[in-house]
Amino acid sequence: MISVTTVRRPARTLFVQIYFVEIFKGLMITFRHFFVNLAKHALYAVGLSKESGAVTIQFPDVPAMLGLRARTRHRLLKREDGTPRCTACMCCETICPAKCIHIVAEDSPDVRVEKRAKSFDIDLGLCVFCGYCVEACPVDAIHMDANRVELSAYSRKDMIWNMQELLGDKKKEPSS
Amino acid sequence: MSEPKTVKFKLNGKDIEAKEGQLVIDAAKDAGVDIPHYCYHPGLGTPENPKGNPGNCRLCIVEVAGAPKPQVSCRTQVKEGMVVASDSPAAKRAQQSSLELHLVNHPLDCPVCDQSGECGLQNYYMEIGKYESSVREDKLHKNKRIVAGPHVMLDQERCILCTRCTRFVDNVTKTHELGIFGRGHKEHIDLVPGKTLDNPYSGNVVDICPVGALTERDFRYKVRVWYLDETDSVCPGCSRGCSISLHTNTKRPWHNDGKRVARIKPRHNPEVNGWWICDEGRYGYKSLDEDRLGRIMRLKDQRRELSWTEAFEEVSSKLSSAKGLAVVASGMLSNEDWAAFKPLFVDKLKAEQIIFTPEPDQLGEEDALLRKREKVPNLKGAEVQGLKSYSFPDLRTAIEKGEVKALYVIERDLTKIWGEKTEELLAKLDLVVFQGPNKTATGDLAHYRLPVTAYAEEEGHFTNFEGKVQAYKRALEPLGQAKPDWAIFAGLSEHLAGERQREAVA
Repeated sequence: MISVTTVRRPARTLFVQIYFVEIFKGLMITFRHFFVNLAKHALYAVGLSKESGAVTIQFPDVPAMLGLRARTRHRLLKREDGTPRCTACMCCETICPAKCIHIVAEDSPDVRVEKRAKSFDIDLGLCVFCGYCVEACPVDAIHMDANRVELSAYSRKDMIWNMQELLGDKKKEPSS
Repeated sequence: MSEPKTVKFKLNGKDIEAKEGQLVIDAAKDAGVDIPHYCYHPGLGTPENPKGNPGNCRLCIVEVAGAPKPQVSCRTQVKEGMVVASDSPAAKRAQQSSLELHLVNHPLDCPVCDQSGECGLQNYYMEIGKYESSVREDKLHKNKRIVAGPHVMLDQERCILCTRCTRFVDNVTKTHELGIFGRGHKEHIDLVPGKTLDNPYSGNVVDICPVGALTERDFRYKVRVWYLDETDSVCPGCSRGCSISLHTNTKRPWHNDGKRVARIKPRHNPEVNGWWICDEGRYGYKSLDEDRLGRIMRLKDQRRELSWTEAFEEVSSKLSSAKGLAVVASGMLSNEDWAAFKPLFVDKLKAEQIIFTPEPDQLGEEDALLRKREKVPNLKGAEVQGLKSYSFPDLRTAIEKGEVKALYVIERDLTKIWGEKTEELLAKLDLVVFQGPNKTATGDLAHYRLPVTAYAEEEGHFTNFEGKVQAYKRALEPLGQAKPDWAIFAGLSEHLAGERQREAVA
């Protein structure tokens, strides 16, 4: 059972209505953070503290630091013999909620592999970075760990990455 | 023959009525209980065993009260007062164990298998699978990607040896191309030495194969089955009019080489085609996507694209003033088309000659199983309307004598009948109108070329050679400006009678 708690609205006292008190309270918080951080940086600089204060990352001059589990651009993986792992089973294409994966299949020359992708395109302009494609893959052929977040391009067409680019065989170049 | 006696028996605790002598599996199906099975197929009987139930897959195993051990329901007949359980723990365990045995050497290559999505192993595993396998040995590998025939690919590893395919080639087509070789774990399906699976019904083995051992070469890796839409339709390949299901891929256009129709599967219809269709019909869908007409064209006297209103006005005025009109129609027209055809060409235009008999362009092989000689679905529809056909030699002499000066050709290629002479003959005419769904040599020689919807893009009925009327449904959007034949006939009729103008005045 969900219990219901009735919360009373804050009373509109004179104290609240004149605003200045609340503005002052807010500024107190800002200034507290400023001076605490300043003190931490100063102590760290002279070697009295091991912990530095909060740091603003100077992106894009300094590369972004991403968590280990961050889902970034897709990467297609290869087998030990260098062929793409993808068998074009269309599981990722089927699960993709944004329908941004387009695969075309063909016969593989290796009879034990049977099927492979003829083309494998991901439209990153449509991708919602949900990671379902990675989970759906039965052969561990697609990862989202390229650790690149700078994916912007000057045209929608350039947001589409093909198989060679996803495999890392070819650098993504903007179309002229 | 007297009606078989009705007997009562108990299935999973419910009282069920069945016919005496009926198989438990069939009686259960009629009662809405699907008992899993691979080898049993009602269409694969022989005179000795008309029910087509070798009982070798052991998957349809059920518990029968009083029997010392579980029984296969495809070989057990219903008896009065019988108590059967298909969902008891013992029956479930027996089915589970059978399925586990089927999977011992199955390669589990579902990601690359074309059957995946409509596979008996996948479906039953979800239902009754034993999720913890007790098999520890390595899987035995057999041959893969064997070209069995022009349409069929064989994969021995995936096979579960239900023998449906061998029984099909032995009992239905009687061509005996497939057999079982080896013993024990080495047992496998293979082509009989010196033969290829090239009988005119070879595609059916793919449909009856419950796993991915036999797959279609034509459909191979084109599109995954779960992307397909199914529409009930009727095969226009011959006057049998087999019930088919059109499988279309429209949601993901980059698959199937950009074509809309991916494959044709037979639909069970005991009245017409039973379980099967021929390969000609099965692979006859290519014309639905290739060489289609979509624009209304005036090809002679200032070539230009027209709107339907312009086309109706020009064609109807020329038809009404034409001396000696002949119409070449065909059995490709639906009952609805024939119904609109008659008032236009017979009642209003009073055509000199109407021809719809099949000539070499629409004749082919026939056999005792399904295929008929006339490769058009609806000649009967014309007969029902009381139409009589002239012959092509008559038409030719009439054109040569100058008695016929206008020709209306519907969906036929005259070059396949008259060969090189066609151009010369058509040049003698004042007006040639072609209407059809596909590009043809006749269409290029015509003065007007009108695009028509293919049977997959319209609704209608075909009457087969036995007089059975079947409905086909619309599976696809019409291409370009295409209209159904009846709509064109109706449009021409309206303009002929001047009904449009009168309406405008009123």
